[in-house]
Amino acid sequence: MQDLMDDLFEIGGERLGSRLFTGTGKYGDDAVIPEVCAASGSEVITVALRRVDFQAAAGNVMDHIPKTMRLLPNTSGARTADEAVRIARLAKAIGCGSWIKIEVIADNNHLLPDGYATIKATETLAAEGFVVLPYVNADLYVARDLVSAGAAAVMPLGAPIGTNRGLQTREMIRILIEEIDLPIIVDAGLGRPSHACEAMEMGADAVLVNTAIATAADPVGMAKAFGEAVRAGRRGFLAGAGVQRLKADASSPLTGFLEG
Amino acid sequence: MIVNGMSESLQEDVMLHDLIASRGLDPSRVVAELNREIVPGEDFPKTRLQEGDRLELLQFVGGG
Repeated sequence: MQDLMDDLFEIGGERLGSRLFTGTGKYGDDAVIPEVCAASGSEVITVALRRVDFQAAAGNVMDHIPKTMRLLPNTSGARTADEAVRIARLAKAIGCGSWIKIEVIADNNHLLPDGYATIKATETLAAEGFVVLPYVNADLYVARDLVSAGAAAVMPLGAPIGTNRGLQTREMIRILIEEIDLPIIVDAGLGRPSHACEAMEMGADAVLVNTAIATAADPVGMAKAFGEAVRAGRRGFLAGAGVQRLKADASSPLTGFLEG
Repeated sequence: MIVNGMSESLQEDVMLHDLIASRGLDPSRVVAELNREIVPGEDFPKTRLQEGDRLELLQFVGGG
């Protein structure tokens, strides 16, 4: 059996041991983030870029992110491809590397990503040397265009952002896993460890979880649960699930019964 | 000049690095866009601000 210790996967030439990416939004107190990172085992963590608010009390999320974490800035707030490119370049200018999660959202009601704009931004940024991880609908054609555009992974949503509703797009994600030769990282909507486990069992390469951990009654406990669920799902995928049947199929021999 | 969308009057000879520091910010954690051009961090001390400039100062915040 393959040991999970050796089961690394690669993004942008970097090998990662943990298949759980975490976010830094929505925490009641950012001071819990180091414990969440430790409990989850995550190596990749997302952040957003915003104007400095001079009125707000001092406090910087960066104070709470362990130095060992790989930062994955997102382009949230972008409504067009050009805005996403602008935000990506700004994020890179801080000097935390060239990874970028493209998020282009023009619909504030459902927060669904704009596939066309995401492809355009990916093309521009990949050509500039960014390691581009685009957040998109679970759509085969969008995913294929992202491969051509030079994406380093594809991040389909499980359900709309922050809904905790799980793998509503299960069948479309299954198709992406089957057809797309890039890491598939299920992002958005995963609300419970079992959702993450199922995504991994299906063969997803990783998952990204923010709301479900940050808004849990016990974020550290939930981070640990997600970490274990992701490993269990991955191990289940590697082990190869048995065939599903419609009719019962006895596990014990149907011969040699005692008689009367 | 305009800083993060807010109009501000500028004292003479203010360098970008000094303006950032005067706001209590760590320059290594701030990214600056001056008149839509990104200013590299190493250029903060030698970038002179002028009336009419539009400056954006951004930093990382929590996000998913």
